[in-house]
Amino acid sequence: MHEMGIALQIVEIATASLPADLGEARVAAVNLKIGKLAAVVPESLRFCFDVAVKDTPLAGAKLVIDEVPVVASCNDCNARWTIDEPVFICKICQSGSLKILSGRELDIESIEVVEEEK
Amino acid sequence: MIPGDAIKMKRYFHHKDFHKSHHSHANPPQTAVSTQKSGTREIKVVRRVLDVNEKMAEQNRRLFAEKGLFVLNVMSSPGSGKTTTLQKTLARIMPEIKCAVIVGDICTTHDADRLANTGAPVVQINTDEFGGDCHLVAHVIEKAAINLDLDDIDFLVIENVGNLVCPAEFDIGEDSRVVVLSVTEGEDKPVKYPLMFRECEAALLNKVDLLPYLDFEKEKAIDYIHQVHPGMPVFEISAKTEEGFEPWIDWLKNKIRQKV
Repeated sequence: MHEMGIALQIVEIATASLPADLGEARVAAVNLKIGKLAAVVPESLRFCFDVAVKDTPLAGAKLVIDEVPVVASCNDCNARWTIDEPVFICKICQSGSLKILSGRELDIESIEVVEEEK
Repeated sequence: MIPGDAIKMKRYFHHKDFHKSHHSHANPPQTAVSTQKSGTREIKVVRRVLDVNEKMAEQNRRLFAEKGLFVLNVMSSPGSGKTTTLQKTLARIMPEIKCAVIVGDICTTHDADRLANTGAPVVQINTDEFGGDCHLVAHVIEKAAINLDLDDIDFLVIENVGNLVCPAEFDIGEDSRVVVLSVTEGEDKPVKYPLMFRECEAALLNKVDLLPYLDFEKEKAIDYIHQVHPGMPVFEISAKTEEGFEPWIDWLKNKIRQKV
């Protein structure tokens, strides 16, 4: 629902991270990690990103999204598993005391820049 | 109103000139390192997209801690009864506990008008000038808090925009979060919106006075809540009749006491 705001934030961070010596180079891609638990819909975000990059140094850049599964570990029996349905209970010992190891990401990993052929 | 401020706010008490010194937005650190990768250059960024919000939220949290007040972020879908629940809650804990409210809506000041009747200072935030943001963010809370005498408040309750998705993602500097689910909604809301139910510390199951007229299976809803958030306290209440309020008020007062 707030994907446009997120897209604008991504453009802002990515633009601020561009090197001063960019010259003729073009930003080809922005690599993003989104956890499956994050309240962001990748499809909508891609759509918004394509709109948000217009008239910015990122124009034409692709948003590459790496979706991160929700991985939890049990604080009681140390079991570790991927959560793929909304059940946050240990599959081995039924404990409800979990640590969420991944799945909440909403991180910009890197930007890819290519030199334009003249 | 703060010059250049894009947020519409309505104050329900006489403005005083509090908090003259205010935080400046710190520039986020740059962590870019260039690496060479076959023709293309990959520039490492490694930053949380929401890190500006998260830093602002931490600033809010520090300010609230300095001022010794407990801050509760109340979230739910639209129409679950947040405002009525808060009206009745404030009526029970005031004036023993000094309360204030920040209320977020896309449009209108209806909720603030209702909450102001409790006698608590209320600041309404309308997000429509931001294109109708579906949630409150930390810097908006910072600006709203300028309008409150934080030294004279024990309990600040923030009624978020009605929405079970986005508010869960945005830290605003609160101490605790609660979610209101009403029995006129589906029992499966917790599993449809797991992040919200995981992020909140307690759930209020509202409108239980309507249970005799509905097909809502209360136990199923509570099972779903515990499937997503094992051990989560669930308070079965009716904001209209005030049944079930005692355990909720005890829980809340205890949380406030721990902080204040």
